[in-house]
Amino acid sequence: MNIVGQRFAKGEYFIPDLVFSGEILKGIVQKLEPKLKAAKGKEAKRLGKVIIGTVAGDIHDIGKDLVVFMLDVSGFEVTDLGIDVPAQKFVDAIKKTNSTVVELSGFLTLAFDSMKETVEAIKKAGLRDKVKIMIGGGQIDDYVKNYTGADAFGKDAMAGVSLAKKWVGGM
Amino acid sequence: MPSQLKVPDRVPIALLYNFFGAKYGGITCEEAMYDLDKLEAATRKAIVDFDIDLYNDPFGAISLGPMLEILDDKRVKWPGHGVPVDATYQYVEGEYMTADEYDAFINDPTDYVLRTHIPRVLGALEPLKMLPYLPGAYYLALDLLLPVPFAMPEFFLALEKLAKAGQESLKVFSKSAAFRQEMAGLGYPPMFGSVGWAPFDYIGDFYRGTRGVMLDMYQRPDKLLEAIDKITPVIIKGAIEMAQQSGILKCFIPLHKGLDGFMSPTQFNTFYWPSLKKLILTLIDRNICPIVLWEGDCTSRLETIADIPRGKAVYWFERTDMQRAKEVLDGQVCIMGLMPSSVLCTGSQQDVRDYCKRLIDVVGKGGGYILNGDIGIPDEAKPENVKAMIDFTKEYGVYK
Repeated sequence: MNIVGQRFAKGEYFIPDLVFSGEILKGIVQKLEPKLKAAKGKEAKRLGKVIIGTVAGDIHDIGKDLVVFMLDVSGFEVTDLGIDVPAQKFVDAIKKTNSTVVELSGFLTLAFDSMKETVEAIKKAGLRDKVKIMIGGGQIDDYVKNYTGADAFGKDAMAGVSLAKKWVGGM
Repeated sequence: MPSQLKVPDRVPIALLYNFFGAKYGGITCEEAMYDLDKLEAATRKAIVDFDIDLYNDPFGAISLGPMLEILDDKRVKWPGHGVPVDATYQYVEGEYMTADEYDAFINDPTDYVLRTHIPRVLGALEPLKMLPYLPGAYYLALDLLLPVPFAMPEFFLALEKLAKAGQESLKVFSKSAAFRQEMAGLGYPPMFGSVGWAPFDYIGDFYRGTRGVMLDMYQRPDKLLEAIDKITPVIIKGAIEMAQQSGILKCFIPLHKGLDGFMSPTQFNTFYWPSLKKLILTLIDRNICPIVLWEGDCTSRLETIADIPRGKAVYWFERTDMQRAKEVLDGQVCIMGLMPSSVLCTGSQQDVRDYCKRLIDVVGKGGGYILNGDIGIPDEAKPENVKAMIDFTKEYGVYK
């Protein structure tokens, strides 16, 4: 899957290749599961913890699911909060998991305000300096990043993984 | 017509409103979807106050609440019904046609839609699956087989709901017709009167889902191509008939799954572009102007999609590189859009003017550009930003 990610980042692979690779991987894991269970306790070391979710009011999940998949196969422990996630749920999840990276996903323009409110809720809970926050989605750019108070935005799934790696390595 | 690439007096302003008009008029998205009079008043105000050059009729795209509710549409969450009262309605992604149903779809799309698809996606019409296979009920079997489900109470109830939804639909159509007439009297022409789809999107959006159609390109490419071939003339016929019925010879074609990153160039040239091109060329041949919304970033597709007759279509772009778009399409296809939602929602009025200036300087140079938001005017746009964009364009966008 590392090769798939690299090829995607280089522009040789496209989203359907990620989806198809995921499908192949799922098939392999299903076949191997009994053996994997027998060998439990040898779980690979994880790079870091990431919380992700589509922000309040937005129910789109294709983009978010791709990021979750790429984070997972890249070695992160991912807490996926799902879609239409209220700000408080992100705050609670940070407290519960001690994740250092938060990724806010949103496809619609209504997500701009939800992202801003989520960043503010994290700040209000006193957790802003404990986490790095990135945003992502088709409409996201520097204007939205500045508006929401996030630390960065990722253009696609691999950009999200690269940012997370950089942040985890640096903290 | 700027689509003919002549130089107009100034850059035309065609703003597509989805829920922006409703929000500007002070009503919630839920009210907009259920109350025809309130939506009418809000939209009128948003057209007249901003004095735009081309508007879109909001009723067919927004006044859907009663029908969605009566028919129990499983594919949509709408304000007050799964999303907040002030949020736009949203499509629930799903595999509404399974992979093993391709043959049924290809062999007889009408039968598939009537007896499998509709009962699956519209809860109230689930009993339609009781209908017999209609071409199989011929001669006297027609008399014997066809009436059977109509004797069943649940089928009858479904028909009653359908009739009720039909009455609501008729209200929307009559409101829409009256509104168009009123707008014509005030001197505002509509942006389009017909809608078409890229055949790949039609299959991917409504039937197989994004994941399903992406896997199909690897796992069953022949079936996918066969389904695309089957449905292309259907989409073309629908788009032409709608344009002729409305009397507005402009067809809106919003695109979803062919953008950069969403498929390889080879996949684009195999699964996406040929059938879409056929739709575009047929519309042009019938004197209908295609207004094609290339969502996302389509910069890598520009050379390919430039290959259509000169001065006959509008390409509306979202995140495609404006400089490259102008270089490749100048003198070939009129360009629309490109004003970022992010700037309209989160920027300052000065940000808006700065961006607008770049657009007019680069894309507007020598004509062939129509101002619009990158995906229309976002629901959450600041009204003062929309006003700044229009005021600036009316002044700076004049061709001397």
